[in-house]
Amino acid sequence: MTHVLSLVTFVPTLGAAVIFLLPRRSDTLVKVTTLVTSVVTFALSLPLYTRFDPAAADYQFVEQAPWMPTFGVSYHVGVDGISLLLVLLTTFLMPLTLLASWDSIERRWKEFAITMLLLETGMLGVFLALDLFLFYIFWEAMLIPMYLIIGIWGGPNRVYAAIKFILYTLTGSLLMLVAILALYFLHGAATGTYTFDLPVLARYVLPAGRAQDLLFLAFALAFAVKVPMWPFHTWLPDAHVEAPTPGSVILAGVLLKMGTYGFLRFCLPLFPQATLAFAPWMFTLAVIGILYGAWVSTVQVDIKKLVAYSSVSHLGFVVLGLFTLNPQGLVGGIIQMVNHGLSTGALFLIVGMLYERRHTRLIADYGGLWTVVPAMSALFLIVCLSSLGLPGLNGFVGEFLILVGAFQVNRPAAVLATAGIIFAAVYLLWMYQRVVFGPVTREENRRLGDLSAREWVILAPVLALIFWIGVYPVAFTSKTEASVQALITQVQTKAAATAALASRTP
Amino acid sequence: MTDVLAGLVAIAPALVLTVTGFVLMALDLLPPRGRHEHLGFVGLAGVVAALVTTVLLWGSDVSAFRGMVVLDNFALFFNLVIGYATGLVLLLSMDYLRRRGQESGEFYILVLFAAVGMVIMASANDLIVIFLGLETMSLSLYVLAGFFRSRIEAGEASMKYFLLGAFASGFFVYGIALIYGATGSTNLDKLGVAVAAGAGRDPLLLIGFGLLVVGFGFKISSVPFHMWTADVYEGAPTSVTALIATGSKAAAFAAFLRLLLASLRPVQADWALLLWGMAVLSMTVGNVVALAQQNLKRMLAFSSIAHVGYMLIGVVAGGALGNAGVLFYLLVYTFTTAGAFGVILLLERGGEEAVRLEDTAGLANRHPLLGLALTIFLLSLIGIPPTAGFVGKFYLFGAAVRSGYYWLAVIGVLNSAVAAYYYLRVIVSMYMREPEGTPTSVVPSFAGALALVVALWGVVQLGLLPAPLFDLAQSAVLPLLR
Repeated sequence: MTHVLSLVTFVPTLGAAVIFLLPRRSDTLVKVTTLVTSVVTFALSLPLYTRFDPAAADYQFVEQAPWMPTFGVSYHVGVDGISLLLVLLTTFLMPLTLLASWDSIERRWKEFAITMLLLETGMLGVFLALDLFLFYIFWEAMLIPMYLIIGIWGGPNRVYAAIKFILYTLTGSLLMLVAILALYFLHGAATGTYTFDLPVLARYVLPAGRAQDLLFLAFALAFAVKVPMWPFHTWLPDAHVEAPTPGSVILAGVLLKMGTYGFLRFCLPLFPQATLAFAPWMFTLAVIGILYGAWVSTVQVDIKKLVAYSSVSHLGFVVLGLFTLNPQGLVGGIIQMVNHGLSTGALFLIVGMLYERRHTRLIADYGGLWTVVPAMSALFLIVCLSSLGLPGLNGFVGEFLILVGAFQVNRPAAVLATAGIIFAAVYLLWMYQRVVFGPVTREENRRLGDLSAREWVILAPVLALIFWIGVYPVAFTSKTEASVQALITQVQTKAAATAALASRTP
Repeated sequence: MTDVLAGLVAIAPALVLTVTGFVLMALDLLPPRGRHEHLGFVGLAGVVAALVTTVLLWGSDVSAFRGMVVLDNFALFFNLVIGYATGLVLLLSMDYLRRRGQESGEFYILVLFAAVGMVIMASANDLIVIFLGLETMSLSLYVLAGFFRSRIEAGEASMKYFLLGAFASGFFVYGIALIYGATGSTNLDKLGVAVAAGAGRDPLLLIGFGLLVVGFGFKISSVPFHMWTADVYEGAPTSVTALIATGSKAAAFAAFLRLLLASLRPVQADWALLLWGMAVLSMTVGNVVALAQQNLKRMLAFSSIAHVGYMLIGVVAGGALGNAGVLFYLLVYTFTTAGAFGVILLLERGGEEAVRLEDTAGLANRHPLLGLALTIFLLSLIGIPPTAGFVGKFYLFGAAVRSGYYWLAVIGVLNSAVAAYYYLRVIVSMYMREPEGTPTSVVPSFAGALALVVALWGVVQLGLLPAPLFDLAQSAVLPLLR
């Protein structure tokens, strides 16, 4: 099983190819094949967790093969403590998302299935690629399936949302392409080896100064749009509101993490000096995002939009954690990425279930759901509590670690961010209160059915993980610590080397 | 005797095409008189033979006719591009002409003679021979542009192309005359020696080269010499549009690059600045104006101007990477653009050609495979991986960054983002809108489908495994850079 990563990445593509050949008439066959493909992918990815060596900081399950040798491009994939959990999150969410699409996607299931599976390959490729060229290919290729999912299966204003999504992200990533090329040639000119290989490039000490700053900014812009950090977030509410439930779940659960993952994987090790220099700015933007996202969430009348803006706030925490550059902050950031994928994914799933029943997402159209659908309301409550960071559930672990990390380096930012947790409680609980408590205000709501068996199957695994991470986070944090520690050491030694380089050449 | 043989080898691909053209002229007079499709297939056989000749001659380095014509890898690579372009256009034309009731033998003959002109331009090592090739190609294309003579747009296209083309040729010839006056030669190598010896400061020579740039700028339709492009692309039969966009551009680039590399490399800093401006203008004007187009052929016309801008980035950046990047991009662009036009010419609405954006509404729902094909071509035009368009742009922008033209690369990628909007609009229309009125129908065509398969193969193959062809392109430009 030396090719386990390639298998995990390309089994979905294989599934998409099979579905392409299936007849259009038999929807059920297509659905089952898709689900089986995603479950198989998940099963294949499980050995990554069990056989991952937590003591080793380096990449594991590595595969490398030349692809464009004259250009120094290779097919190089591997997983370490930073990407492991995100890979698992992706393969874990995919089958649940497909189950959630079972009835909610009403037309052209075959195309939908192919797009979703190709999207999965793209997402996994982004997390696994260790070659900048390969990474960029997956990063860009993944845009198209998401664009189609929003644009074809989305809500009334879907075309606008889809185009906005793709133009925002494309502009950011194209500048990153120039930066990738610049890094490639700078490294080549300095060392004589022209390569896109990330581990090799990460060892290269770029002189401090304008070049490093600009490269950092070009990478950071691409990632900041993806996260999204304030003020690059405006595509997110549109995309989320218009996307169909599976699109929203994947968008919030996995796609947004690519931005924060990018910071961690590329910005920090490649441009350590610039990272340190820009950290205060990143803190500022992160805190603005935390507070702004929370405040805007509070006044939303549409549940889905509320959850969308809450993502801006939550991802602000992650960015805050990553730029603390201490173990607590980084591990907290990584765990918080997973947490956000689980709890916000679950929120979108529940909103989708409500929408399937009532065809509205306005808070005002609900009220008193507890008496009608008690089981769903209870799960909804747990997910809300997880999202706002109640101790004992997963959200608390991540936010606590991030704040511990932040207090050590930037006290004002940490204090303001803590206030963000309170606001999160405000908007989530207020929304929950209006939707679930009180008397039933609308006649239509009296006849709603509670969770079906399929919906239990979708939500139960997410809830299990929410409790698991909340009660015993070591099962997950232990996998990341070695890599995080190595990354911090690398950033610090490289920053010191850069500084030494700068002092020698006045 | 060996001289004659060497001469024949040097023009072998052109010779194959010429002979095929003559055979077609004879066949056109023989029965069956009513049908002309077999002429297309004979022409195609000739193109395939020319491609085979090209492949067999790969690696040769022959100079003939007193150095006026050379057959090196550079010329052979362009023969490859031109061969693919011509072959695809012939395939696309067969059913299309019959459907429009315009089938006749002259069409195929003219396409082949245009290809002869292109191949000669690729091999030309003398300004006079470049001009000969240019005129052979252009005269055929002027006629082809107006081939649907009952349509008023065809008349406009042909007339405009001819008049502006004649002016451009005039500039070109006058440029040759001035250069001859300054140096006493029209041979590219001898010009190179003269320029290296300091003739690059001679105003007569500078003006002469400036006039040549006007002529080439017209043929590759770079801003500010692009005014004819949209009208000609719109009025010409769609398959001819594909030929003008791909083959004629490739041929003009071949001659232009050879002139720049063989004769003008000593003064690269001077012309790089000029082409820098042309590249930025072409990209920006092409993309911005394309945003406003509702007619797909006009949209692709402006997009082709923008793509010339991208290719000029490679020329400006220079070096093995930049120039090979241009060659590679031309091949990619040929597959992609011929494919996109190939899909469009299969669309019909109420018996008329359907070339407007709204005609594509819901196309992917009714014809998933065709919709997918056009989507892949459009994604390649945007430059989204893993299509060939991405790899092509990657080489070009990479060359720019390597040579320190950071701003050019940044302007290039920002332009790509702008361009994404209008290409995506077509995808939006195909997948996300429903047609109003009679939906567009797709005409089944075996030859057309075959052309699309070849084009798709090119786009996917060059996207996933670009290394072998890029190495070929590099081996084609390296001798010129010595």
